[in-house]
Amino acid sequence: MTSTRSVTPVPLVRAKYETVLESWIAEQKRSATARPDLISDSDLARQSSEVLSTLLEGLDSGSLDVSGPAWEHMRAALRGISLSRVRLGFSPSETVLFILSLKEPIFDPLQELDPSNRAEAILELNKLIDRLALVTSEVYQQGREEVILRQQQEMLELSTPVVKLWQGILALPLIGTLDSERTQVVMESLLQAIVDTGSTIAIIDITGVPTVDTKVAQHLIQTVAAARLMGADCMISGIRPQIAQTIIHLGITLPDVVTKATLADAFLVALDRLGQHVVATDPVSAAGR
Amino acid sequence: MAASERVTVALRTQEDVVSLRHRVREQAVVLRFSLLDQTKIVTAASELARNAVIYGGGGEAIIETSLNNGRDGLTLTVIDHGPGIPNVEDAMRAGFSTGGGLGLGLSGTRRLVDEFELRSEVGQGTSVRIVRWK
Amino acid sequence: MDRVPIIKIGKYLLATIQTDVQDNVAVALQEDLAARIIAARARLVLLDISALQIVDSFIGRMIADISGIAKLLDAEVIVVGMQPAVAITLVELGLTLSGVRTALNVESALAMAGIRDQN
Repeated sequence: MTSTRSVTPVPLVRAKYETVLESWIAEQKRSATARPDLISDSDLARQSSEVLSTLLEGLDSGSLDVSGPAWEHMRAALRGISLSRVRLGFSPSETVLFILSLKEPIFDPLQELDPSNRAEAILELNKLIDRLALVTSEVYQQGREEVILRQQQEMLELSTPVVKLWQGILALPLIGTLDSERTQVVMESLLQAIVDTGSTIAIIDITGVPTVDTKVAQHLIQTVAAARLMGADCMISGIRPQIAQTIIHLGITLPDVVTKATLADAFLVALDRLGQHVVATDPVSAAGR
Repeated sequence: MAASERVTVALRTQEDVVSLRHRVREQAVVLRFSLLDQTKIVTAASELARNAVIYGGGGEAIIETSLNNGRDGLTLTVIDHGPGIPNVEDAMRAGFSTGGGLGLGLSGTRRLVDEFELRSEVGQGTSVRIVRWK
Repeated sequence: MDRVPIIKIGKYLLATIQTDVQDNVAVALQEDLAARIIAARARLVLLDISALQIVDSFIGRMIADISGIAKLLDAEVIVVGMQPAVAITLVELGLTLSGVRTALNVESALAMAGIRDQN
């Protein structure tokens, strides 16, 4: 790591703080990558002034090692800004350009230096800002990955709605292709819901599932067996003809598993087990159907 | 960032089986395993430890955890210096048992983990290494 | 050695396994329960395992044995409160405890056995 001390004349830059900040913000707004649709002027000004003042604070330390302790505030500021920009929908290059566009405005006060000192300071700041841009880009990447992971998790949860049909009766209507991982998540949440709600009957409805493979079929059977160990009964409804064929061809047997053609049939069986049944309140219109 | 830890637990008595379960649980919690994954690895550890105590005349267990960016996992190695298993294939078959158990021990344990490796030599002892990835 | 407490409530026995049990504690529970079933003339035994964090093949066999022994003594065992993670693991281990009755909680176990809570 570099151990050179900073040669940037911080007091000089600090004296022109307002000018630098203003021209940086103006530069950003002029740029082709400006996104007034995503960020307000006041937020932009706040983020810019945060970065600039933290940058000067870092330079004050004399250290140029952006991964070192002297630059911790800077890294934290960039992390916060990057992550907020991930959420706001900025692209990676727009986010990095935010930092890079500071170069010209911050070089401006250095005009007062004599040429040799000026070249040295510009070179140093140039390198430093590039490194900070790199930090920003890495944080942006991490932030984006976290967002994707969270969305995947949310989708998984969304796709596993355990619903209470009746006091003591749960249903899990499954829709779409089941892979081994999703099935496992779904089954765990069903079993947990059984405990949480004290339901003694659960119906897994697979009407919306086009096909199952051996692994998924095995998970289904294991779930039924696990529910039984916990003291609940599990039924499977809505098995399509193709799936029934698959199950038989795969040589999987479903011993002791109650299967019903439709969710409604399974629900009636469930009610019956709980000693309840559905009666028509108006026999005439019920008969007419 | 890589970090790993190694814990050795002696296996001589039934109490040792219980304390191994606790140690494995602790490490699985450190690795932030889901409750189900914790339960599976602790159950597997219990099966192997009991085998070592009852059939292997005691031995030891080594718990290794690795925390890194690539893959977090828990590795457990249970070693005994007992009589060894003459026919490993038979021992791995569901339903096989010499100790009056249900004969689920080894074949069942294999289903609870991601990696399973058994080495046994008659007269030398048995070593089983299992891994559960996060 | 710790022993699993067995209490008599009305016509039934309730045994609650508190924590992680050592093998010999489980074996002692078998003996204790058999003796208590006879002494109390109990027809129903609730074995509450809701606090158990794992059930391996040994404990699983113990539960199956207790159920079998009770049957011979004309009593029924209902295993109460097995946790989801424990149940999934046990099934994957290959133990389904067929023939053993189970219930979500003590309340539903009593309902299954046709006993109203005698408060």
